[in-house]
Amino acid sequence: MVDVSGREIRPPAKVERVYAAGPPASLLVFAIAPDKLVGWTRAMRPNEAPFFAERYAQLPELGRLTGRGNTANVEVVLKAKTDLIVDIGSTGASLASLATQVQEQTRIPYALFDGRIESTPATLRALGKLMGNEAEAEKLAAWYENELKQARQRVGRASSHPLVYYGRGVSGLQTGGKGSINVEILDFLGARNAAAEARSGLATVPFEQVLIWDPEVILTTDPNYWASVWTDPRWRSVKAVAVKRVYLSPNLPFGWFDFPPGANRLLGVWWAGKLLYPREFADLDLRARVTEFHRRFYHREPSAAQLDAMLGEPGVLPK
Amino acid sequence: MNSRTLSYVLSAGALVGLTALAFAVGRYPVSLNELFSVLFGQSVSPNVETVVLQVRGPRVLAALVVGAALAAAGTAYQGMFRNPLVSPDILGVSTGAALGAVLGIFLSLNVILIQLFAFAGGLVAVGLVYFIGSRLRGHDPLLALVLTGVVIGTLLGSAIALLKYLADPYNQLPAITYWLLGSLAAITPRDLGTAAPLALLGLAPMLLLRWRMNLLALPDDEARALGVDTRKLRTLVVAAATLMTAAAVAVSGIIGWVGLLIPHAARLLVGPDFGRLLPLAMLLGAAFLLAVDTLCRTIATIEVPPGVLTALIGTPFFLWLFALARRSW
Repeated sequence: MVDVSGREIRPPAKVERVYAAGPPASLLVFAIAPDKLVGWTRAMRPNEAPFFAERYAQLPELGRLTGRGNTANVEVVLKAKTDLIVDIGSTGASLASLATQVQEQTRIPYALFDGRIESTPATLRALGKLMGNEAEAEKLAAWYENELKQARQRVGRASSHPLVYYGRGVSGLQTGGKGSINVEILDFLGARNAAAEARSGLATVPFEQVLIWDPEVILTTDPNYWASVWTDPRWRSVKAVAVKRVYLSPNLPFGWFDFPPGANRLLGVWWAGKLLYPREFADLDLRARVTEFHRRFYHREPSAAQLDAMLGEPGVLPK
Repeated sequence: MNSRTLSYVLSAGALVGLTALAFAVGRYPVSLNELFSVLFGQSVSPNVETVVLQVRGPRVLAALVVGAALAAAGTAYQGMFRNPLVSPDILGVSTGAALGAVLGIFLSLNVILIQLFAFAGGLVAVGLVYFIGSRLRGHDPLLALVLTGVVIGTLLGSAIALLKYLADPYNQLPAITYWLLGSLAAITPRDLGTAAPLALLGLAPMLLLRWRMNLLALPDDEARALGVDTRKLRTLVVAAATLMTAAAVAVSGIIGWVGLLIPHAARLLVGPDFGRLLPLAMLLGAAFLLAVDTLCRTIATIEVPPGVLTALIGTPFFLWLFALARRSW
């Protein structure tokens, strides 16, 4: 079998224990076969653990192996008696060479997959095949594919596409330009990214530039920034703040909008869809969708109280 | 007019000209007419008023304050330590502030608390260095201080590294990186309102004692023979320079070059006398950082980190000045 970087992967006949090198990989391995995941890249925090069955929430912390900063010790990965290492996300040459290197060192097959939202169904199928869980993976992939298709159809019915600014960090001045993985949801939803002309990837922009863009909607992942826009005279001059369309993405147990950049962002597609195209997404029942996503991917439905806390937090949805 | 007076006049002129220019340019188009209307309290469109009074104005003034503060602190330290390679962070103020800010980001605090952590971190770090350094007897007191500063700075640096390592790689790590790069992009009137008074408070003793500051450059026993208690004076200078630097760094993040090389530029122009040096260093520091920051916010859709430009512009300028000047230390 060939992974997305073109490297040939020879998995053992029976894959029982999988080490996921980063959060997007953990999430998909867990979704396909929760009992095969040997650990999380970092231990579940107390506010994240209640979303999972206790035995899964208590899986050990093994560290990250690739991407931004390694924290995993290769010996720990070996000690975990892993049959397969999986990473999902960027598939550039440096990651591919790192994968080859670790594979040679450990003699554990190391597969890379594409982490983009649109690639998720294909990634699920390929990963399922590799892990020997094709049936489970196919179910998830088909469902995910259908949800993406429906979201796309809703967007297709929209006559206007709002101008959206994504503000990161406590100052809200960090944003992602066109093609950034951080604003993939905006691109998927056909929204006009106010910062499209900024470079692809994260960048700080001058406040005056935001004022020129004058976005109609602001989405953020930072609760401190969200709280500050209402009293900061600078931000109050921006249209989105004046018309009270600044929204804060939920972040438990994994973020909805930007990070980690994995399959979890389907939640953000629905959420941002409802905010950006209220009419076209009016009949989408967010509570039901979130519940179903959790059931399929996290293997536990959120309680009513958990849903209330997630969706009722100030800024998550219009009042 | 002698060359010294000329240096002051030219620097002050450059500063005034740059300030006017900085108010007039930016990503958001503001005409000179509108600019004058806002500054003289006449009504203009609310957006223009916001740009001038809430965004651009505070940022211009903050660049002046931060530039002047870093240059003043650097001048004081270089004189006191009798060392041309000394910068304001020699006693760990920037590293301490950085640790405070990084901790604040790590704990997902709001921006006010992050600044407070940074400010307190700077003060605590220098306090610690001074407390330990002044208790290491049997060495030259300045050497003890510098070495303590270096080792404590390294210790704090490794604490920063640990927090970066533990930080969330998608969210907190970029925020930490941006803070450590330094920037005036997020300056608000409130930031200016807190940093400027603190910087002035630090400046006051330096201005009042500017003539005595020269004695600090003498060996301790000689200074004492002239009736100056160098220990007390040194404590005061360290406290003042730390206050200024910590106030600046808390709102701007770490901006290098200014505190290290602006004092040299000033010294090349007017010589080593602290009383003459301090005002010129502050003028040059303010003008330099303002020029850099104006470029940072205008040349591209995205912000350019000032640290990139300070060296890029400052280095040729400094070498040119160095080649031109005939003055020795």
